[in-house]
Amino acid sequence: MHAAAKPPHRRRPLIPARWAPYVFISPFFLLFAAFGLFPLLFSVALSFHQWDPVGGVWNMRWVGLDNFAYAIARDDWLRKAMFNTVWIALVSGLPQHLVALPLAWFLHRAFGRWRNAVVGAYFLPFITSTVAISLVFSSLFSKDFGLVNAAFATLRQVPVLGWLMPGQAIDWGQPGYTKWMISAVVFWRYVGWNTVLYLSAIQTIPPELLEAAQIDGASARQRFLHIVLPLLRPMVFVAVTLSLIGNLQLFEEPFILTGGTGGIDQAGKTAAMHMYAVAFMDGDFGTASAIAWLLFLLIAGTTAINKRLLGARA
Amino acid sequence: MRRRALLPLPLACLASRSAPAATARSALTVAAFPDLDRAVKIAIESWARSHPQVEVRLTTRAFDDHHTAMTTAIATGANLPDVMAVDMDYLGKFTQAGGLEDLDAAPFDARAVAPRLAHFALGPATGLGGRLRALPADIGPGALFWRQDLLARVGLGEDDLTRSWDSYIAAGVRLKQSTGIYLLASAIDLKDIVIRAGLADGQGVYFDDAARPQVTSQRFVQAFTLARAARRAGIDARIVSWSSEWSEGFRRDRVATQMMGSWLAGHLKNWIAPTQSGLWRSAPLPGGAFASWGGSFWAIPVRAQHKPPAWDFIRTLCLDRTQQLEAFRRLDAFPALRAAQQDDYIAQPIPYLGGQAARLQWRAASERVPALHVDRYDQVAKAIVEAELDQVLEHDKPIPHALADASAAIERRVRRY
Repeated sequence: MHAAAKPPHRRRPLIPARWAPYVFISPFFLLFAAFGLFPLLFSVALSFHQWDPVGGVWNMRWVGLDNFAYAIARDDWLRKAMFNTVWIALVSGLPQHLVALPLAWFLHRAFGRWRNAVVGAYFLPFITSTVAISLVFSSLFSKDFGLVNAAFATLRQVPVLGWLMPGQAIDWGQPGYTKWMISAVVFWRYVGWNTVLYLSAIQTIPPELLEAAQIDGASARQRFLHIVLPLLRPMVFVAVTLSLIGNLQLFEEPFILTGGTGGIDQAGKTAAMHMYAVAFMDGDFGTASAIAWLLFLLIAGTTAINKRLLGARA
Repeated sequence: MRRRALLPLPLACLASRSAPAATARSALTVAAFPDLDRAVKIAIESWARSHPQVEVRLTTRAFDDHHTAMTTAIATGANLPDVMAVDMDYLGKFTQAGGLEDLDAAPFDARAVAPRLAHFALGPATGLGGRLRALPADIGPGALFWRQDLLARVGLGEDDLTRSWDSYIAAGVRLKQSTGIYLLASAIDLKDIVIRAGLADGQGVYFDDAARPQVTSQRFVQAFTLARAARRAGIDARIVSWSSEWSEGFRRDRVATQMMGSWLAGHLKNWIAPTQSGLWRSAPLPGGAFASWGGSFWAIPVRAQHKPPAWDFIRTLCLDRTQQLEAFRRLDAFPALRAAQQDDYIAQPIPYLGGQAARLQWRAASERVPALHVDRYDQVAKAIVEAELDQVLEHDKPIPHALADASAAIERRVRRY
């Protein structure tokens, strides 16, 4: 009489084996759900509500599409802010690329072992704190005590060149100058970033191509225009897309340079600043969310146009 | 059996942990902004003696960041302090929305202690349902600060500045023509005073009792007219307050006067122009106007965890004479507590103001400022009015058109559901 041999006891796993992949991958999804998806969905929901957060989360009131209708049809400050945003995006964005492209080519050719140091110098503004940059530029652009006006005053003494200088100190806080001032700071800050992007793309171009063109007698300018530039098209698409997204969401530089108000006559107020003011100054998070989604649609639209213009063959 | 035998162990552990908890110090969280946090630190010294079982944890954020953080804290209930500071500029937004505790209700009964505080500060602190939602700790009775030495160069004195608005502008023209010095930083500053002139207790600046905008009233016409007159006379430096140009303008003798709360004396002395001791003076506002700037309030969020000690702490901050005087001495925070305003300290000369006993002047001004009603949309209306004033000053927009546009814009933006 043998007792039947018992199979060895195996502890039942706490989690079935087929769940394991999901468990291992779940931290990302949990974090994404908490910090990515939930805010997005909450923002969508908010855009259909009137909500002053100071009243608490239970104080939401359904208003349907009213926030969108208000933002599109009746919010004249949003229209002004959008105009400012597009203006600054163009005036600061276009020169960034027009300067960065030839600059990258120049750096590629002109600096042998010192290239990285020079590129680092151009890149420095990009990694410096926006707040610090804006505060420094606020001082530089001070009407009575700023270095920019002091430089103009000095140059005014130079024969011939002095005629081109403004007759008196420029009040950079005046509406006519505010957008120029902001654009100058944004240009200065991001031209190095774009240069690095283009330089890295230039370095991937097979050197034989450039050498062959050089042997055939092509000048540096011809090599840049007819070889480098066409091959940089994919990177131009990426860089312009990043500029579009960044410039249409511009906030920190104009916020600090104008003291958070947008300046006199709101000449430097961007769409992102307006959205912030509607949320935190007016206490209208619903309309602010609607503006955020409208801004998203604008960015998506301009990115799509950019893809059609530059990305088709990229 | 074994399991039963094991059960008491965790219970014992819990018991052993909870026993000291009964005697452990509880925590009271306080959220403030600079320099008000220094007043809290002063209060903590005495509070620690009278409430050894309650530890006060102070969180300080930059001024705007603090109010943004409090907005999100009330909205979400996360990181909500037991006691929160609210500046006068943000008071309407917070007190009218239902996120702050009704201090008139038991066990607070703040209305009983309200007569001990500056009357005019109670108007803005009264919020939803006509109930007190905050208590004032310090106030900013308005004053005209002026550079005695700069104005003396052209034979001007206090009377020239304060007799009337016309004489103020005339003095500015004379000063500018003779010395090139601007009389004031921005013409917009004048607007803020004149729109408050002639108001009585309970009235609002931007909205009437029925929450209708009243920016087309004569007050606003006069305010815009005066600001335009100052701009056309070329006596304002077109500088935004609190910018680096603004402080530099005072340091370099470019601007000769500034109208603001009495607390500006402390800022001038401590960091704006510490080297100009004895050169500044304080005067009543021109044209017999009375107004206040700023002021700090303390409130308890509805969902705060420790309301009784929170109220005790607010009483210390706002109703303790010693605390109020100490904050007055160290921070130049003019006390909201009337008893503290009667102290001998108030009559002492201020060396920075050339030995002037200016605190007496500020106390007299505080008694004349009306207790105005604040609306939750006051800041929205203010931004719109200032945008239209920009249009008047920069683009010469006709004042009636500007005010009509401001009124329409306020109606459009303020969507009261």
